[in-house]
Amino acid sequence: MGSYVPNTPSEQQEMLKECGFSGFDDLYRDIPESVRLKTPLDLPEGRSELGVRRLMEEMAEKNTIYRHIFRGAGAYNHYIPAIVNTIAGKEEFRTAYTPYQAEISQGVLQTIFEYQTDICTLTGMEASNASVYDGAVAAAEACEMCRERKRSVILVSGTVDPKTLSVVRTYSFGRDVKVISVPEKDGITDTEELKKLLTSEVSCLLVQHPNYYGILEPMEELTEAVHAAGARIIESCNPVSLAILKTPGELGVDIAVGEGQPLGIPLSFGGPYLGFMAAGKKMMRKLPGRIVGQTVDCDGNRTYVLTLQAREQHIRREKASSNICSNEALCALRAAAYLAAMGPEGFRSVAVQSTSKAHYLQEKLAEAGLTLCCPDKEFFHEFVTVCPEPEKVLSALDKNGILGGLPLGNGRILWCATEMNTREEIDKVSGIVKEVTGA
Amino acid sequence: MKLVFERSMPGRGTRYLPDLDVPVHLPDAAARQAALNLPELPETETDRHYTALAGQTYGVNNGFYPLGSCTMKYNPQINEEMAALPGFTQIHPLQDPETVKGCLEVMETLEKFLCEITGMDAVTLQPAAGAHGEFTGLLLIKAYHRERGDMARTKIIVPDSAHGTNPASASMAGFDVVSIPSDGNGCVDLEALKAAVGPDTAGLMLTNPNTVGLFDPNILEITRIVHEAGGLCYYDGANLNAVMGIARPGDMGFDVIHVNLHKTFSTPHGGGGPGSGPGGCKAFLAKYLPGKGVEGSIGDVRSFSSNFLVAVKALTYILSIGREGIPAAAENAVLNANYMKEKLKDIFPMAFDKVCMHEFVISMEKMKEETGVSALDLAKAMLDHGIHPPTMYFPLIVHEALMVEPTETETKETLDEAVSIFREICEEALANPQSMHEKPLHTAVRRPDEVLAARNPVIRYDFEA
Repeated sequence: MGSYVPNTPSEQQEMLKECGFSGFDDLYRDIPESVRLKTPLDLPEGRSELGVRRLMEEMAEKNTIYRHIFRGAGAYNHYIPAIVNTIAGKEEFRTAYTPYQAEISQGVLQTIFEYQTDICTLTGMEASNASVYDGAVAAAEACEMCRERKRSVILVSGTVDPKTLSVVRTYSFGRDVKVISVPEKDGITDTEELKKLLTSEVSCLLVQHPNYYGILEPMEELTEAVHAAGARIIESCNPVSLAILKTPGELGVDIAVGEGQPLGIPLSFGGPYLGFMAAGKKMMRKLPGRIVGQTVDCDGNRTYVLTLQAREQHIRREKASSNICSNEALCALRAAAYLAAMGPEGFRSVAVQSTSKAHYLQEKLAEAGLTLCCPDKEFFHEFVTVCPEPEKVLSALDKNGILGGLPLGNGRILWCATEMNTREEIDKVSGIVKEVTGA
Repeated sequence: MKLVFERSMPGRGTRYLPDLDVPVHLPDAAARQAALNLPELPETETDRHYTALAGQTYGVNNGFYPLGSCTMKYNPQINEEMAALPGFTQIHPLQDPETVKGCLEVMETLEKFLCEITGMDAVTLQPAAGAHGEFTGLLLIKAYHRERGDMARTKIIVPDSAHGTNPASASMAGFDVVSIPSDGNGCVDLEALKAAVGPDTAGLMLTNPNTVGLFDPNILEITRIVHEAGGLCYYDGANLNAVMGIARPGDMGFDVIHVNLHKTFSTPHGGGGPGSGPGGCKAFLAKYLPGKGVEGSIGDVRSFSSNFLVAVKALTYILSIGREGIPAAAENAVLNANYMKEKLKDIFPMAFDKVCMHEFVISMEKMKEETGVSALDLAKAMLDHGIHPPTMYFPLIVHEALMVEPTETETKETLDEAVSIFREICEEALANPQSMHEKPLHTAVRRPDEVLAARNPVIRYDFEA
């Protein structure tokens, strides 16, 4: 109730008087009379904190919380150590603005510098920005980084998450840039078709690895083909997979992007999440958004500042590398705190457990009659099965409080497992599926 | 302060996961060879590290934060608790709609409230920030002209007082930017606008109240000129806090808008984000909105529905303050700004000395000329007094600008105290101008060498060094 306005009505009157106003109306004398609202807004009356709490809790209770989740497809259920929530909840971090005044913002600046270092470590790249809105936007921004005057066509592999493709297409509508989808073959990018599409007008290929179906792409082959054609390659990657898979740096790709949500950020119905972006030193100055750099203060002390701002909208205006201003800094802090908590062993364990449990799940589902698609391909922690009646399978799981995989149409289901799924849980899933399929 | 990597000791660390209970599987090939240089810390050290870093961070809860154009109002704690409800945080974005009715209700309710507050017919919560909302709104304008076959409308008019995001967003949406000068009052120069519009005008982007803190009194004339030329009007909602519940962009002739939940609607800014920049429009543009699953949409601007937890916080805020609290917040934001301006104007030259909205702009140009003390020097001196300085050097049309936005959530005593700090610094500057270039003296670090940072970029820790 109220409006978090601390001054009492009599203080407000006193202040108005001191400024020479007879009332609040005087403050708005520049607003044309015809535009002034004559009646109150059609909104509910303010409520007490208890009243608001009840309303919001009622809404939250209308959602189904699944204790057992086997769905990924861009949002992943991982364990978040308690300390990550504690750190992200610290009110100094939470209620600060972008650190324009470095002298009183060393804490937040250092967290971003540490985050940038972590992203470079995970990706094997040399330069990371301070985050963008989400993984799909990171991919779209990376495509823009590759655009040149004579090379503007964007190739997107058919195995990229369709949501990412949709965002790349939207951004390309803005720049009037052509986006061509590269066909998939047996669950991976069709290299032969790709080679045909790699004309001198192509700026880049966007590929996801592990791809939307969880399958590892032939990255070396793709990178070689794209570079041979004088274009650039952007790898969209799951950060957890980078604990055990070759890094984008080792693969020789030009830009690594991805959705940072698996790094300690709750599912939260899709946001806020974290788009990470990293590139080699050569493309550093094309990165969009904030970047924190190390320098010294006038006493020679190590100091962190926002840097390379000549790329940014507040300096370059219409010539900026991007319009981004607000980013996802607190989510980046979460990711850094998560990685600090897990450490190299713990983080590697998340990756190993996720892929191991996904393979166990796949075997158990195969026993229960769900056929693995593209069985000759290696997958990470997601895979696709096919069966005659996927709806029945998923609804049987749902009745048992289990969120099954994502239906993809044509009898296909995209499954995911992480360290959160126990053997017992997976065996239970298998048993329920078996009852449906009669296998 | 030590970096987290400098606190690391091999073999230390805390275990958070149980042992693997299924056979281990590792990929056949393609294994990572590079070192995984993540910190190895016991939890006590991790906790202390971040507590120390928080101690060197300044948020709204630390004190007065009159950062112009950023609306650093108080972030209510109930918002945070509601956004932390497991019924919101543990929901997968790709669950069946039947199982996420509460999330959909949050979104629909917030969209409806935002429509009412702004006078728009439809709202999307997809955009993750103000600039993202601008980009989305401009694509709506582009789609509209394209569908009508009006291919010649390639220009977006932007006043020279605009936020940098406006021209940058217009450029990303594929438009050419036409910058028009402001008049002597910091408002849109009507003659310049008339001269700029034509058959190539796609639209105008305007912040109102504008970036010098004034409500443009010619607003109806401005939107009429643009509409008569066949263009659409975009409202940058960065400054909505001054007029919510008092006047609505939809009634001023605007067709497309964005609002900043992290400014006007009390959600925290997180040291840079996440924010949320919902986009709104009139009915004739609604089919182009992203995230509605409607034919003709410009397509998605992000993977999922919204920065959902931010939406939860904004909805909690609107439900708390309600229909009477919305205009009361605006009125007191404007009153607090006018009060501070009144108490400062005898010694600080106001860029525009008239009734301001939620913020006002000081120009230190004269002091700079006479004493060499710049707006930057004054801002840095404020750091020693424990308040966050105003926005510096913006808007670009005011030289040596300091832009002050106190917001409605500050008490009269806080304003009085800030006024006396401002005055004290001004007196010191006049008495001893040289000393001002040394400020701040008492902060964790002092003025950074920004040139060195840009010339020799060190943007990650070097593990080999």
